[in-house]
Amino acid sequence: MGKDGLEITLNIVKMLVIFLVMVQLVPVLVWLERRVSAFMQNRFGPNRVGPLGLIQLLADAVKFLFKEPFFPEKGMAVMYYGAPIMALIPGALALAAIPLGTPFHLEEADWNLFGFIPLGHHPAYDFILQGYDFGVGIVIVLGVSSLGAYSLLMAGWGSSNKYSLLGALRASAQMVSYELALGLSLVGILMVFNTFSFYDIVAQQNPANPLTFNFLGTVHTMPWWIPNWGIFYNPLGALIFFCASFAETNRLPFDLPEAEGELVAGFHTEYGGFALLMFYIGEYGHMMVASALMATFYFGGYTIPYVSNEAVATFVSNTHHFLGAFDLSIHSNWAAFVTSLCFFVSMLVKILFFLLIFIWVRWTLPRFRYDQLMDLGWKTMLPWALFNTCLTAVWLAISHKPV
Amino acid sequence: MSALLAFLIFVGILAAFGGFLIVLSSSLGPRPKPNPAKNMPYESGVAGTETNESRISVKFYLTAILFIIFDIEIIFMYPWAVSFMDFVKSGQGMYILGAMGIFILLFVVGLIWEVKSKALDWNN
Repeated sequence: MGKDGLEITLNIVKMLVIFLVMVQLVPVLVWLERRVSAFMQNRFGPNRVGPLGLIQLLADAVKFLFKEPFFPEKGMAVMYYGAPIMALIPGALALAAIPLGTPFHLEEADWNLFGFIPLGHHPAYDFILQGYDFGVGIVIVLGVSSLGAYSLLMAGWGSSNKYSLLGALRASAQMVSYELALGLSLVGILMVFNTFSFYDIVAQQNPANPLTFNFLGTVHTMPWWIPNWGIFYNPLGALIFFCASFAETNRLPFDLPEAEGELVAGFHTEYGGFALLMFYIGEYGHMMVASALMATFYFGGYTIPYVSNEAVATFVSNTHHFLGAFDLSIHSNWAAFVTSLCFFVSMLVKILFFLLIFIWVRWTLPRFRYDQLMDLGWKTMLPWALFNTCLTAVWLAISHKPV
Repeated sequence: MSALLAFLIFVGILAAFGGFLIVLSSSLGPRPKPNPAKNMPYESGVAGTETNESRISVKFYLTAILFIIFDIEIIFMYPWAVSFMDFVKSGQGMYILGAMGIFILLFVVGLIWEVKSKALDWNN
């Protein structure tokens, strides 16, 4: 196992960990969704199984496993069984491409497990909190996450059901329409940050730097309490991205594919048991990707608000007793790890906040009619995203003096 | 290269994991005798008439074709967006703005033509 072998193994292990975290977050999110929905509707929600009903989804998962397998009469087996598998893939791949913390530098050392089992000598290594890095950042995330439409189409086509087919067609038409607005809304913020790389984007939102606007060669610095976040550079783009990400994840108010009153359950009418759960994992995976992108581009990524990245690193490396065991000021590898962990927690809090907003909006806005939905996508959000791109371009061109 | 290989292996692992879950859940559940009424596609109790060969509205095809055209145009804007500031800083801001302006003008003309030709109208 050479250097490449180590790299490949490490990448696969990281991707698996991210995938498992995603899968494990789904029960928590479903519980959160049901509890928050119940809270908003003045009900109790699931509260019997375990403390606060937390074990409910575990019980549900076991129940799903023991459901009767069903295959529709005229269905196509490859499509029908392939669709839930396909639903898992794009969300997991897209989430693995988003960095969840700063990369940490491991110094050259003799590594050992628990202090006495030697693991051999290792050269210095930069460990990234990201499944894989192709060096194209956002492009690969947009690319793989849009593969989600295939799973819906396969489900609808494979189950040979009028409702499923209509739901799948609606879903894919909606997803591709809003993908235009989603892709175009990011052009403005990419122009501001001038890079595809997530690390550079987050580094430019470092709270150490104040929010500054360049106008005709003079730099205007905003007061310290306004964080240096992307949303202040490109608020219109943030709004369009936020709306389009709801449509991309097929959530209310854009959940036409699953409109119960019209299509029973849309593309997953014929599904039950674990296959249905896999569609839900895919949907929540997409929500996590949308939240992570929202946090990375517009809300400072994994940085901690008002605390500069350097201050976090200094604070951690000056900690003398971490959990009573490690003197982080001596063990620089552990200090780097704990610093990264702090950023990871900050990212996780931001992602959970946006997921909560996803749930909140579900019970706030009514569903659109289908023609209204397509009109909103093509005739409102696409032109506004285009306007945002032009506005940002003109603003940047006239406000910066050439060097 | 190693990242790409890891990526492909991971896709394989995911597909295998998904397949395993499908096989597991379909082998654990009960298998009662097949019943023609139950095997029918669920269409709210009415006997299903449509299959996956039934005809669907042309609007969906139009949307898909228009999506491909516009998505490719948007993808062209990405490299322009990330090199925009480099041009501005080297004093060629107006050139890069004008070059993209022509492209965006074509984009807008296309969009207006589509709206005028009612290709995007769903309510009739």
